[in-house]
Amino acid sequence: MYETRSGANAGPKLADATALPIEVRGLAKRFGDVEVLRGIDLQVQPSEVVCVIGPSGSGKSTLLRCIAFLEIYDEGEVRIEGRLLGYREGDGPRRLSGEREINEVRACLGMVFQHFNLWPHMTALGNVTEALRVVKRMSRAQADEAGLDALRKVGLQGQARQYPGQLSGGQKQRVAIARALALQPRVMLFDEPTSALDPELVGEVLSVMRQLAADGMTMVVVTHEMGFAAHVANRVVFMDEGRIVEQGAPADVLTAPRSVRLKQFLNTWRERSI
Amino acid sequence: MIDTDMIARYGPLLLAGLVTTVRVCALASLIAFAFGLVLALLLGARLMIVRAMARLYVEVMRGTPILVILFLLYYGGPSFGLVLDAEPVGVLGLGFYGAAYFAEIFRAGFESIPTGQIEAARMVGLRRRHIVRRIQIPQMLGLIVPPSVNQGIILVKESAVLSIITVAELTKNSMQMANETFAVVEPFLAVALLYWLLIEAISWSGRWIERRVRHV
Repeated sequence: MYETRSGANAGPKLADATALPIEVRGLAKRFGDVEVLRGIDLQVQPSEVVCVIGPSGSGKSTLLRCIAFLEIYDEGEVRIEGRLLGYREGDGPRRLSGEREINEVRACLGMVFQHFNLWPHMTALGNVTEALRVVKRMSRAQADEAGLDALRKVGLQGQARQYPGQLSGGQKQRVAIARALALQPRVMLFDEPTSALDPELVGEVLSVMRQLAADGMTMVVVTHEMGFAAHVANRVVFMDEGRIVEQGAPADVLTAPRSVRLKQFLNTWRERSI
Repeated sequence: MIDTDMIARYGPLLLAGLVTTVRVCALASLIAFAFGLVLALLLGARLMIVRAMARLYVEVMRGTPILVILFLLYYGGPSFGLVLDAEPVGVLGLGFYGAAYFAEIFRAGFESIPTGQIEAARMVGLRRRHIVRRIQIPQMLGLIVPPSVNQGIILVKESAVLSIITVAELTKNSMQMANETFAVVEPFLAVALLYWLLIEAISWSGRWIERRVRHV
């Protein structure tokens, strides 16, 4: 079975046991003159599954990348289990944290990307065990065991010795999920994990994610999979033009949209999916 | 007619030149490869001033003929307290000159690795030095073998100009043979053949390495 929250205690210490897994306040991000995020507030509760939907260019991927600090945000703050991510705590002008500190704060985050981002020169098992060996300093035997365990969770123990080039898209994405899970994260971030897959391969990835959610993993999922959002999410967040326009339980947001923009978005989606 | 006896007579001299050429080029390539890799890393450094210095080095080296650099080192060196024999000057000159070209090859290699792979590495907590060593360099090596072999071949051919600063390498010794025998065809034909054999050996080794490092 998947690593649940009790098993995740082996990971880095919580800075504050009562703190939220993710807390975003007043987040703003510009790319040159373009304001991509314009003041985002988002709190994610333990074991909550939040799906972020919205048209392309709405800033949903950028939001996720700021939560992971793959993008340096300009204003506001991202707190992971209570700790400020990317900047040093304190008053006065903000200063960026060092690499070590950033890694410490986001050690409880696992991330899965649209394009898998596996390392093609390593086997599936190599991809999963690399950080176990380098970051967790496990021996090869320990790392292999933990790595095979992670691959088993995504149903790919038989493909451990294969290179990414020999795997299908769905398998690659499952290896990427295993790579993140092997480090026993307490929060998983998914950036359009099925958007680059052939339609018939989407299901296998979604079922792994569904199982993760069922096991209590805290998840933030940027997705176009409305079915997944409807059935798995505890909360759906709709973004447009760098703002959160609407959020709530999937039943409310997806079936009874209040804003015009969300109605348009859902109509376009329905027309396309028929 | 080609005087094969003459070539046989001068064989030891030409072979001695070949040995010098191989030695100089091997050492210069090592410097060029190692310093080129350092330069490529500096070209991608976080500090702007470091990037700018590395870029300046590459641009100056690429913008100057190798002969001018050799003259500066060999004849100009003593003015700066740098007194070296011809051969070490040749090795250093070719090495640091070649490094600029290797740096660009390595930079292109680094840049051809998708940033997503680097981001994935950062998200699992790998630090920059691990990312360079474990993710970027192994993949880059596979990509840069053909252009590096090419650069190595250019380096061997450019080593002929070391004859001008009196390094007793292949070209210099063939010129000595020409001067002593008043023959033109035999010495330069022999030397052309030796260069060609040397370069064929390099290309062959390159293809062998390429087969071994490609797994993508």
